[in-house]
Amino acid sequence: MAREAGAEVVLRLDGITKRFGALVANDAISFELRRGEVIALLGENGAGKTTLMNILFGHYTADAGTVEVFGHPLPPGHPRAALAAGVGMVHQHFTLADNMTVLENILLGTGTLLSPRLGSGAARARVARLSRDFGLSVDPGARVGTLSVGERQRVEILKALYRDARILILDEPTAVLTPQETTALFETLRKAVALGLSVIFISHKLGEVMAISARVLVLRHGRLVGAVATADTDRHKLAEMMVGAEITAPKLSDHTPGPALLTLSNVDTPRRGNAPGLNAVNLTLRAGQITGLAGVSGNGQAALAALIGGLESPAHGGMELHGVVPADWSPRAALAAGIARIPEDRHRTGTVADFTLTENAVLECYAEAPFSRKGWMDWAAAEGFARKIIETYDVRCPGPAARIRLLSGGNMQKLILGRALEAGPKIILANQPVRGLDIGAVTFVHNRLIAARDAGAAVLLISEDLDEVMALSDVIHVIYEGRLSPAFARGTMSPAELGTWMAGHGFGEESDAA
Amino acid sequence: MRLEPIPNPSALRRVGLPAGALALTVLIASLLALLAGANPFATLGLILKGAAGSRFALLETLNRATPLIFTGLAVAVAFRAKLWNIGAEAQLYAGAVVTVLLGTGALPLPSVFLVPVIAAAAMLAGALVLLGPVLLKTRAGVDEVVTTLLFNFIMLLAVSWLLEGPLKDPMGMGWPKSPALEKAARLPRIVEGLRLHWGFGLAILSAIAVRVIQTRTTLGYEMRAVGLNAEAARFAGIPVGRVMVKTALLSGGLAALAGFSEVAGLKGNLTLDLSPGFGYTGIIVAMLALLNPLGVVVSALFVAGVFVGADSMSRAAGVPTYIADILLATALLTMVLALRLTTARIRWR
Repeated sequence: MAREAGAEVVLRLDGITKRFGALVANDAISFELRRGEVIALLGENGAGKTTLMNILFGHYTADAGTVEVFGHPLPPGHPRAALAAGVGMVHQHFTLADNMTVLENILLGTGTLLSPRLGSGAARARVARLSRDFGLSVDPGARVGTLSVGERQRVEILKALYRDARILILDEPTAVLTPQETTALFETLRKAVALGLSVIFISHKLGEVMAISARVLVLRHGRLVGAVATADTDRHKLAEMMVGAEITAPKLSDHTPGPALLTLSNVDTPRRGNAPGLNAVNLTLRAGQITGLAGVSGNGQAALAALIGGLESPAHGGMELHGVVPADWSPRAALAAGIARIPEDRHRTGTVADFTLTENAVLECYAEAPFSRKGWMDWAAAEGFARKIIETYDVRCPGPAARIRLLSGGNMQKLILGRALEAGPKIILANQPVRGLDIGAVTFVHNRLIAARDAGAAVLLISEDLDEVMALSDVIHVIYEGRLSPAFARGTMSPAELGTWMAGHGFGEESDAA
Repeated sequence: MRLEPIPNPSALRRVGLPAGALALTVLIASLLALLAGANPFATLGLILKGAAGSRFALLETLNRATPLIFTGLAVAVAFRAKLWNIGAEAQLYAGAVVTVLLGTGALPLPSVFLVPVIAAAAMLAGALVLLGPVLLKTRAGVDEVVTTLLFNFIMLLAVSWLLEGPLKDPMGMGWPKSPALEKAARLPRIVEGLRLHWGFGLAILSAIAVRVIQTRTTLGYEMRAVGLNAEAARFAGIPVGRVMVKTALLSGGLAALAGFSEVAGLKGNLTLDLSPGFGYTGIIVAMLALLNPLGVVVSALFVAGVFVGADSMSRAAGVPTYIADILLATALLTMVLALRLTTARIRWR
């Protein structure tokens, strides 16, 4: 899909620099986006991708540099300017009103919404035409709350197209999609560029970047370290560019799993709001084995994590830990039973942002000696513990007394990982342990999980990234609407076959399983 | 508009903005004085003189600050754990009632034992008053802002009934007031002959104790974790409900000490006008101190000084004492805004 170099430049960033105190988030970044081109923006978390997009959209003002859209400079600091100039963005977290219809959501904010002609004629016809042209099939009359995640993403794209976006920016668009939905999204993007639109595709999944983009821009530590034609590169070279070092893929050694450490039999848990509960779940976690849980986001992963993490008790069915039914079930009981937990959301659940690294390091063990004696905290002991984690887990930080909010996601995750693993856990619950991390940190976390498995821990790896699950798991379950597929042994299923399960096929009848 | 954080605010920003807030407060007070037909400089001078211009004025300010330190600490402790205790007024009166019940001859103890026993009982009463609302919050999800606020009125009516009935002073010539405390139940003066009682000392000690609890103890760590991120605290195994209850007990106890110290240290008996809203003013004190317990002492002295100074100024210059309320309200609003703006700047879109 490489366009000839002569195609019209639709977006030009020139020397964009943004500093936050001593940190240079964007360092003289310049690039051009041409008409009918998909460029991928690749970079670790904290590399400056988000800052750059925030500057483009006027949320931040750049310290230096200019943005030009279709040859006209954008005034800095005006979020509406970019929209008006024809730049549309689809965020990772959708901004749709669940209680309104697809059409209403698309019209929201365009001024036509309150007009009496709403839904009649012109607007409806235009949406239908856009749907057809771009292959974005979705029922305009359906309530958004009833749609799947993939459909919601299509609504977001339609919304941008309806506002005459000529440049589409997609932020990690495949994180929430099944492989099949990803293929459909790519089909839409190909149609879009064929119709003369331009796309910026932000991702950290190298396979997708290779599949969809014409050029790749690699950001590292706020700098543009590479701009290459996709045809002239490969995954390995891109990964190296991203982290500035060579990466080795995780390797699972063959070994026989040990005894069952945690068993769920026929467990139900109640729904929580929009999130499904568990439905007749059977699961066995064995020593020395990584059990992968694949599935599209929001299909009961949170319920399973809450159950094993001690936040939720089974409403029905049985749970056995080391062969015994636990007497009471709480986060403390889970910790006491040797369950280490890496939560899905490290900002909201994993850490207290305004606590120091020391205070966060002891968050799960503060009540025990030597950190607490007779009600008094021993901060020297706590700081020693934090220093040990910082050293062992290579947490890059100003020191144990720094507030954890100052750390990048990867370093925050390393602290959480260290806190969880230092106790020598028997069972490890890793819920999206590498979401949003750079490749260096991803490799680090993966290697630690594999080391724990080799040392005899039972690991449950919950991830929406199918590649990750397939690379790391000894056995794989697929979760769909709170139900669990049978266990598939490593290497017995292709991504497409798992994708079919992720879309809900195979769950129809209980007997139909496997 | 939205706020864009400033990671490392300059020294100018950190000093200049609060100073600007103070200047704005003074400016608005001056305009009001002008409006009342007085010379603004003279008015402000009189407030300053009335608050700290003489030994008598200074002692009066310290006396007035004492209950505010207690209620300010009560609010600061609760707000730190995101427990919105608006009911310090009710807890104050609970402490005062217990002080009268035990201090009018019920316990035949020498003063050294009697005063601590009464103080402890008062704290317990205040803690129990807040226990109900907090249990409703942790067990049933009832908003504690509403319940603690309404408890203030229930408590005032209860005290009113007590003063007309069981606690009424038989020698009081029909006035709704309690009998006077016996001598052994009174808080002694810090220096004989000066009108400053040990309640002030107890308030300072309490501030230090709260500071130590917050920074050095396991409970303090739990309270801060719950206040900063209850979800992470619950996930980590901190018993959030139990921590809330303990916080409430401490907060209610501190507010009750205000009632105890006013009755046993200053007034000697209980009347319905024991507190001119010390419980509510405690919120201002705590917010001005950014919920820092040692800061509460400073801000209580400031607030007390403004009240005492304005009283004295009003007598001399004929400007209404309402100027004190406006001064405090302005100081609070501008100061809170200024402190917010030291770490973030406003962007208009």
